[in-house]
Amino acid sequence: MMVQTESSTPLLLETRCLSKEFGGVHALDGVNFRLRRGELRSLIGPNGAGKSTFFKILSGQLQPSKGDVLFDGKAIVGLPPHRIARLGIGIKNQVPSLWDGLSVYEHFWLAAYRHTGKRGAMERADRLLQQLGLWQKASQSVGTLSHGERQWVEIGMVMAQEPLLLLLDEPAAGMTEEEVERTAALLRAINTEASLIVVEHDMQFIRMLEGLVTVFYQGRVLMEDTIDAVLADAKVREVYLGTADSHG
Amino acid sequence: MAPTRLSRTEFAIWVAAAVAVVGLPLLLPIFSIVQLTVFLIFCLLAVSLDLAWGLAGLLSFGHAAFFGVGGYAYGILAVNGLATPAALLAGGISGALLAGILGYVAFYGRVSTIFLAVMTLTVTLILLQVMGSTADPSYRIGSAVLGGYNGITNIPSLALGLPLLPSIELGPAGFFRFVGGFLIVVLALGRLMTFAPFGRILATIRENEQRTELSGYDVRWRKLAVFAASGGIAGVAGGLFASWGNFINPEVFSLSQSAQVVIWVLVGGRGLLYGAVIGALVVQALTQYLGAIGTAYTALVLGLLMVAFVLLLREGLVPTFLRLSLILPRHKTPA
Ligand SMILES: Nc1ncnc2c1ncn2[C@@H]1O[C@H](COP(=O)(O)OP(=O)(O)OP(=O)(O)O)[C@@H](O)[C@H]1O
Ligand SMILES: [Mg+2]
Repeated sequence: MMVQTESSTPLLLETRCLSKEFGGVHALDGVNFRLRRGELRSLIGPNGAGKSTFFKILSGQLQPSKGDVLFDGKAIVGLPPHRIARLGIGIKNQVPSLWDGLSVYEHFWLAAYRHTGKRGAMERADRLLQQLGLWQKASQSVGTLSHGERQWVEIGMVMAQEPLLLLLDEPAAGMTEEEVERTAALLRAINTEASLIVVEHDMQFIRMLEGLVTVFYQGRVLMEDTIDAVLADAKVREVYLGTADSHG
Repeated sequence: MAPTRLSRTEFAIWVAAAVAVVGLPLLLPIFSIVQLTVFLIFCLLAVSLDLAWGLAGLLSFGHAAFFGVGGYAYGILAVNGLATPAALLAGGISGALLAGILGYVAFYGRVSTIFLAVMTLTVTLILLQVMGSTADPSYRIGSAVLGGYNGITNIPSLALGLPLLPSIELGPAGFFRFVGGFLIVVLALGRLMTFAPFGRILATIRENEQRTELSGYDVRWRKLAVFAASGGIAGVAGGLFASWGNFINPEVFSLSQSAQVVIWVLVGGRGLLYGAVIGALVVQALTQYLGAIGTAYTALVLGLLMVAFVLLLREGLVPTFLRLSLILPRHKTPA
């Protein structure tokens, strides 16, 4: 298990007073968030808490109304998504987003090609097909895959980019119990080389990730602690578990 | 595992096409060769649209405009005495420039795909108006009289030659071979690009541009590059058209011309480039046949054809045929 709280480890990501308003709705309301290099952080919170909005700002898909984002010491607000991706942030959005007509192999190859060139992309794509157990489906177009497989293809693409930080928005949604376990193991393996922030509703899954947990509520950070401390907290029970038993 | 590659059959097709282009003038009467030449020019225009629309998903109603601008550029410069190959090149550059400007506004302004379609159509219709209102003889560029709806007449035919020697006009057979050869070169280069990394990245833009950006690719300049190249090829086609008929008029900017190009690609099938060729040939042949039997309903029949393709044969002729014949196995679930 990684020890995340050592304050000597340098910061990888910091947001200051990050806010996002959608015509009167405060999706994010002054979020101060810090992530150390090497962390595997879980982000939880009831529906509409602002988790996906937070990810979209970090990846440049949305511009914040206020506040700063520092990644690896650089201010990244205002950069277009492809520049942020090049700095080392890879994202899997909540709604799966793939190139439906293209094959699984091409997804990995193209995701790697930009920074590895042709040879490196082939090696990386082959490795990912093995690692994700998608070898049999390599030449199938991703439009024909099951939901769980599509999730893996998207995670694999993010891995192919070799980012410093992976943002995964509900990576285990719609997966069977066995697939969920495999995904948790995969994310821990990724964590030996990169940092991650994972949004999930499934508490079993978050427990398997063994990292610190940040709780969002109404666009703010409600608390940040271990999963056990979070689940034992009265406020969290009230805002989160009380309203979302089915996820627990 | 290796990435998708060009099949050997395709090289064979190119060679066969080259042989046909060289040989046909020996077999067919001049009249047919002249007719076929204009068909090939339209094929080139259709292929240029497919490069943008089929490969990168950039639907444009402006290819008639790029074609027309190329034709006018060729006509004006050739009438003013510029060497015809240089005038043809200028036609291509004009098409590329117009496409580049429109593309820059659309792609760097991050407007939607549908806006690009509307914007290109609008510009085409503006050009129709503008060129149509040049009837007064005072509208002239050098010795080229623009002529309003009558257009520019007496445009010199393309003449090729070696430097320092007087160039020779190609004649119907030579011009046919030149147009056919150019079409084959564009097709072959386009197909090679489809399978090169640049072409694959264009395919990802067509499928889901957001994912492409999140993977670290700048989609804007890539769309601009392919759109400008596509406009340039349409411009060359326009120049060839002006040379073919020794004449160009604002009809090239009409709504029906703009729609025609889209119909050709729709009927033939998008994305493979061959579909554009087949679509242009089939629709042109049909149009000519309907004209010959004297029906007044050519537009209606073409309209119905388009509706039928949109509703029933969405992929178009060539992709549907390939799927049925399994010449080119698609990435399908192994049963
Ligand atoms: N594009 C948008 N336009 C307007 N409102 C939006 C938009 N995107 C999100 N919101 C609003 O912002 C708030 C936060 O949404 P967000 O998607 O970030 O929540 P979330 O924590 O990811 O929820 P979930 O667990 O359901 O995915 C919600 O009230 C949502 O309705
Ligand atoms: Mg969400």
